[in-house]
Amino acid sequence: MSAPVLEVRGLAYAYPDGHQALYGVNLHVHQGERVALLGPNGAGKTTLVLHLNGILAPGAGSVSVSGLPVTKANVQEVRRRVGVVFQDPDDQLFMPSVRDDVAFGPANHGVKGKALEARVRDALDKVGMSEFIDRPPHHLSYGQRRRVAVATVLAMEPEILVLDEPSSNLDPASRRELADILRSLAVTVLMVTHDLPYALELCSRSVVLSDGVIVADGPTCELLTDEVLMSAHRLELPFGFDPRAVRLPSAG
Amino acid sequence: MGAGHGHKLHYHGHSPIHRLPAHVKLLGLLGFMLTVVATPRDWYLVFVCYLTVLGVFIAVSQVPPPYIAKRMVIEVPFVVFALLMPFISTGARTEFLGLTVSEPGLLAAGGLLAKGTLGVIASLTLAATTEPRDLLAGLARLRFPDQLVQIMGFMIRYLDVVGDEMRRMRVARESRGFRATSLRHWPVVARSSGALFIRSYERGERVHLAMVSRGYTGTLPQTRADR
Repeated sequence: MSAPVLEVRGLAYAYPDGHQALYGVNLHVHQGERVALLGPNGAGKTTLVLHLNGILAPGAGSVSVSGLPVTKANVQEVRRRVGVVFQDPDDQLFMPSVRDDVAFGPANHGVKGKALEARVRDALDKVGMSEFIDRPPHHLSYGQRRRVAVATVLAMEPEILVLDEPSSNLDPASRRELADILRSLAVTVLMVTHDLPYALELCSRSVVLSDGVIVADGPTCELLTDEVLMSAHRLELPFGFDPRAVRLPSAG
Repeated sequence: MGAGHGHKLHYHGHSPIHRLPAHVKLLGLLGFMLTVVATPRDWYLVFVCYLTVLGVFIAVSQVPPPYIAKRMVIEVPFVVFALLMPFISTGARTEFLGLTVSEPGLLAAGGLLAKGTLGVIASLTLAATTEPRDLLAGLARLRFPDQLVQIMGFMIRYLDVVGDEMRRMRVARESRGFRATSLRHWPVVARSSGALFIRSYERGERVHLAMVSRGYTGTLPQTRADR
């Protein structure tokens, strides 16, 4: 197998106030996989995400992206390769129009003129938001803003897309639309969530992060039906949801 | 609480004034204001000319005058101050509308009102005919410091978000039976403002994280080919 798109080895991190969030995380994600990172609130999921593109520097251990180690010197290239979509689209969309916002990432990486325009069109096409190109982001609905947020990252042509709670605050229709979009993308995805049905729907493989370590890694359906594992790590399925009874729309 | 939002000042249109480049309009406004301020306040006719010039601009821009008039409420504090001046100033007394008032005060009040009103009308006309985004681009073209332009851009973008947050907090307060009716209630309002400030500050940090994640290094890149 080729070098993993994402390789995390023995990653440990403590915040400056002394609170230790990660205690030696090991994680591999390979080309074309869609992996769900599950874990209860406060498990360290967001802290882990901030290491993947070099916002936080590991206390111990290492992260590398397609063989490129995440270090100060490589940080700009790492941020192009790892596209992070944050939870609140209002944090991500800050430019006066959708076009400017989608162009922000590639422009930071030196894409200009016609090529930049093409990137913007292409990314908006992929999330079905082309007709909103000249609208200010704050005039869009929440679901539309989430899709534009995904486009802002797709425009950088990342090797791995990292989504932080992609389904939060979405109504069922927006949720399904986003799932369709994510399924249609030919890109490696790491999806951080505690929305377990969404993980089952989109990701054939899941890892569970709890108290700063990876405690399980396997097929999503198997993990979700392991009641001992689930209750030990405060993961609960919604009322009446049975993963065994779900027919999956072509596993990815 | 009900502070107007910047972009609500804009009146959509396609007049020649709307199409004029933003930096030309900005320089025009600055020049006009300096001239108005430098005009001695007893050259009454000249002020009438200024007003006529503004009137012509507004007519050409096709912004309805009531639209501008409504937004002139912002001048009220100055008007109150100007109205007080003839009463609190010292110097020779004179009869005006049956009241004994200070003559220099009356003159100063007249000057303040005339110059202030002209300034407000001119600024509102600029705001009504120029999109905030173009104003920022105009400032940037005039070599206004990049950081200040960025800060103003963020302000425009997040006014709505922070305004919404403020409204939600007020609704949540009032849903629990709170109404700011007396001085005793002010500490509560002050604490919510503090919470709003902290939330906005934290949002600022999150926005910065999201920017850095997309390769931001301190200057906003050129995101359009035509600029």
